[in-house]
Amino acid sequence: MSSRQTRRAGARPEEIRVRPLMPRDHRAVVALDAANTGMAKPHYWKELFADYGRRRSSRFFLVAEHAGRLVGFVVGEIRAWEFGSVPCGWVLAIEVDPGTRLRRVGTMLIEAIVARFKSAGVRKLRTMLARDDLLNLRFFRSQGMMAGPFIQLEKDLV
Amino acid sequence: MKLQKATQFALYSVLELALDPERQLSAGQIAEKYGISNNHLAKVLRDLGRAGLVESTRGVGGGYRFSGNVKRTTLLDIIELFEDIGAQGAEAGDRGARTDVGRGLHPVLNEIEQIARATLDSITIETLVSQIRRTMEREGEAGRAPPLRLVARAAK
Repeated sequence: MSSRQTRRAGARPEEIRVRPLMPRDHRAVVALDAANTGMAKPHYWKELFADYGRRRSSRFFLVAEHAGRLVGFVVGEIRAWEFGSVPCGWVLAIEVDPGTRLRRVGTMLIEAIVARFKSAGVRKLRTMLARDDLLNLRFFRSQGMMAGPFIQLEKDLV
Repeated sequence: MKLQKATQFALYSVLELALDPERQLSAGQIAEKYGISNNHLAKVLRDLGRAGLVESTRGVGGGYRFSGNVKRTTLLDIIELFEDIGAQGAEAGDRGARTDVGRGLHPVLNEIEQIARATLDSITIETLVSQIRRTMEREGEAGRAPPLRLVARAAK
């Protein structure tokens, strides 16, 4: 779906519904990611649909739809005791159709996945972003997120 | 992170004014609340005015109010009006930076600088003001500085 089509639709927050992923959403998720990132990754998403699309108590794949069309999605998972961390809810991916931005779609997706994390007893939300990904950094900051107690380290393997 | 006084005053002023963009405050009121020099603050407010972040009205009931874009202005935008937080890197002609020690040290200093810049650039005035409002609501009137008296409502 093009940004123009969504903007014409004039999605109001109260008309947007967040629900679990269904098989009929797969193509729209892959297309939205390809449009946002400029890189189509069908195999990656196929694995993610298999791993996160089934409804489990620790893995969530939610989509936002407006008038029957997908306008965003969020993928998350509860992970525990890695790196000495207490259980926390990780947001692994979140994407919103550019034409539907500033209509609280991202906020609604975060609120929906946070509700599931909280139902599972988790009290900490976590994600990881590229330092230069200012669009998403500002979004997560606007959700009240701050730097956590962990530092990510890496090196080139030559 | 140690910021210069002018930068701190600018952040205090912008955030105080952005809490209620309709409100006008005098330099004296802001200076009194934050315990800072009136003269120094006046100079900072002039610089903020030139950057389009505050505007002033003269005369009785006049004062400063926030005039920037809360969604577009970040902490880094304000800080960089007053100082260069990327000043840790090796400068041209810095012999030390070309030594073995310098080549070991500067990547670490650059790492710190990049994290600081990314942090400051990711926080908009809107985000911080929302956070401040939430804290104020949580804590209520107890235990915080009294709100500044309203000077005048800006004409709409």
